Amino acid sequence: MGKSASDMLGGITPRSVREFSSRNAIVLVLFGIVIIIGILKPSFLTLENIGNILRISSVRAIIALGASGILISKGVDLSAGRTVGLAAVISASLIQRSDYASKLYPHLPDLPLLVPIIAGLSVGLIVGAFNGFVVAHLKVPPFITTLGTMTIVWGAASLYVDRPPMGAQPLGGLRADFTNLGSGSLGFTDGFAIPTIILIAAAVLGLYWIMLNKTRLGKNLYAVGGNCDAAIVSGVDVKKTLISVYVIAGLLYGLGGVLLAARSGGATNNYGNMYELDAIAACVIGGVSTNGGIGTAGGVLTGVLIFEVLNNGLVVLGVSAYWQQIAKGLIIIAAVALDIRKYTRKR
Amino acid sequence: MASGEFILEMRHISKSFPGVRALDDVSIQVRAGSVHALMGENGAGKSTLMKCLFGIYVPDQGEIVLDGKPVSFDTASQALDSGISMIHQELLPVPFRNVMENLWLGRFPLKNYGVVKLVDHKKMYADTKAVFENLKLDIAPDAKVLDLSVSQIQAMEIAKAISYNSKVIIMDEPTSSLTQNEVQRLFAIIRKLRSEGVAIIYISHKIEEILEIADEVTIMRDGRNVGTCDAKDLTTDLIISRMVGRDLTHRFPPRENVPGEVVMRVENLTSTAERSFREVSFDLRRGEIFGVSGLVGAQRTELVEAIFGLRDIRAGNIRIEGKRVEINNPIRAKKNRMALLTEDRRATGVFPVLSVLDNTLIANLDKYVRGTRLLDKRRGESDVNKSIAMLRVKTPSSATPMESLSGGNQQKVIVARWLLTEPEILILDEPTRGIDVGAKYEIYTIIADLAKRGKSVIMISSEMPELIGMSDRIMVMCEGRVTGILNGKEATQERIMTLATQFT
Repeated sequence: MGKSASDMLGGITPRSVREFSSRNAIVLVLFGIVIIIGILKPSFLTLENIGNILRISSVRAIIALGASGILISKGVDLSAGRTVGLAAVISASLIQRSDYASKLYPHLPDLPLLVPIIAGLSVGLIVGAFNGFVVAHLKVPPFITTLGTMTIVWGAASLYVDRPPMGAQPLGGLRADFTNLGSGSLGFTDGFAIPTIILIAAAVLGLYWIMLNKTRLGKNLYAVGGNCDAAIVSGVDVKKTLISVYVIAGLLYGLGGVLLAARSGGATNNYGNMYELDAIAACVIGGVSTNGGIGTAGGVLTGVLIFEVLNNGLVVLGVSAYWQQIAKGLIIIAAVALDIRKYTRKR
Repeated sequence: MASGEFILEMRHISKSFPGVRALDDVSIQVRAGSVHALMGENGAGKSTLMKCLFGIYVPDQGEIVLDGKPVSFDTASQALDSGISMIHQELLPVPFRNVMENLWLGRFPLKNYGVVKLVDHKKMYADTKAVFENLKLDIAPDAKVLDLSVSQIQAMEIAKAISYNSKVIIMDEPTSSLTQNEVQRLFAIIRKLRSEGVAIIYISHKIEEILEIADEVTIMRDGRNVGTCDAKDLTTDLIISRMVGRDLTHRFPPRENVPGEVVMRVENLTSTAERSFREVSFDLRRGEIFGVSGLVGAQRTELVEAIFGLRDIRAGNIRIEGKRVEINNPIRAKKNRMALLTEDRRATGVFPVLSVLDNTLIANLDKYVRGTRLLDKRRGESDVNKSIAMLRVKTPSSATPMESLSGGNQQKVIVARWLLTEPEILILDEPTRGIDVGAKYEIYTIIADLAKRGKSVIMISSEMPELIGMSDRIMVMCEGRVTGILNGKEATQERIMTLATQFT
């Protein structure tokens, strides 16, 4: 007698359910979307299709993680997509097959696999360091700074692949060991293999989580974004924190560019176009605040997955590309409108 | 008492900001093992002087000698490393993070994990607990700052400043949101620190506090040091007259207003927010100056912003001239002939780059729209020029950008803005904050004149003498509730303080 239903359910009360669902609302939304699309179109839930979504999400997640750090610092990075593109063309140009007819550098010998990877990362590092320097030392607002670098980097990528009089050329014929990074798998036991690109993204996610939650840099980052004055009077080196965040973001864009070239087996100067907006959208869907100081690595991952599941699901469902755009736009606005209610309700 | 050696000397410090000489050749000497109070009106330069010491501002001239060695700090971290810590007047927590991360921000304990150093959360938790236990504070180290009360946040910031084990601790208005008991606990801590040889620079407006805890007192006025002396040689009257720099008899203009019938009746007003105002009721009469007093966190600003339609209410209602009104945005408030001069002039009052003309007309453009839908610039200009003359705004012309005016003149322009809307009820939230003494008197004169002409004024102020000197009645709030409404003639600082700390 006297035992309520909730006791029998092992402490699951309406209140705890409500708290769980409000804290994990975004994860529930992801599962909801997956289930709905899966019911409407069972072929959506095949291992192959899910693997496909995860491979695409891997690159997007790496880029979005970089962008999330900048959002947490109360900044925004518009140069993310174009940096991805520049890293993609530069790394691709250094790893074209020797027998490929229209190599960018016809006389380039076969280089070790590490060379294009390091080159791509270096591109990101340089762009990130430049952004960080301009924002931290010259005090140019991040929006303007990265608007400028976005344009500069696109120009640089186009120049890099420009071959007058033919104009900008796509880079193809990438070596198999390089494209394997994007489309190959690592087998652990017989018949069970995980795509390399997913493993790389998982490693980046783990490291980024550690950076945010366990390192001094991560804590300083939340403080700088949450209340910059408090960080200053507590003796936090705000400039160093900002530069580090932009550099890390740049490195992740560089890695994203390398993996993007590897996955698609080539690169053009238009690679990465608008990726920054997708990354920002994924971040805000995942609960990163554009007002700074709030955001988690898990939230970013969830945001990316929601975005890519929708992308893929709408295609599977046969929705026209134009309607897809409209649907995605509405979802971004709805997600943030819901999220903002948490803060504005109590005035 | 004040017998220790000088641990800190600031010599001939000057600091200017565009248009203001904030510090003019200020020198102070602080002894080890003593409490050195710094007093002065708002804008006298106390906080600026301390910010120069703490590396937030770099002085234009002068030198700082700490422990016999000349020092100069470009950043707060240098000051902290040299043994100076500070409790800041404006509380500065990182709201979305927890208590311990706020406490150890800038000096997180690290632990080696092979090649990487990660933040040691266990140590951070234990250290926070130890600091709080030592100070007898009951705050969970992992509580979110967003969930703390203002007084808990202030206690946290005090604990933080003390936890640096500094030689010099600057306390800038450390008791602004503390209860009487908490103040006494802080004083016990200060006495203990003093006996350990720590020098404390104590800034406060509360004269009784200063007389109780300070060994020496330096009084500042208009960016200058007007004298340092032993606290035991001072009295309240002496301190005030030195702070103000003239006799007390003329601090407030004579008032000739006669409160009439009830204009506005507020009944049971309760906020939708949990820790905000509750069940507030009062009447406002025609031609009355109605003061509102309370400590930080008393929710005075929240209350008047709700009356003006800027915040949501869960219960209660407002009647104007007997009729129940529904005011849920400032447009409705204006239609009901209300005006609100907001507390934070810089954030919600001035449009710095716009002209005095635009700043004055902004709340009232409808009045100047002609049949062509274009603005009647000439009529606007002539009205603004009349207002400027009437309120004696010191400005080269109405085309001058607002940012080049002094704080007092900016405040007058905002008063002019609202007077053009022809309000019957003026709500003034801290109308003299950050304004120099002379301009304050002029603002008081304007307020007294408005009341005499039959306007009703609600005035929030944290300066009790100002409320007592200007109000017909004073409503005192504590933690969101009204704890009493005093007649202006019977109000004293003591009675207000008792009511303001009733629930604490």
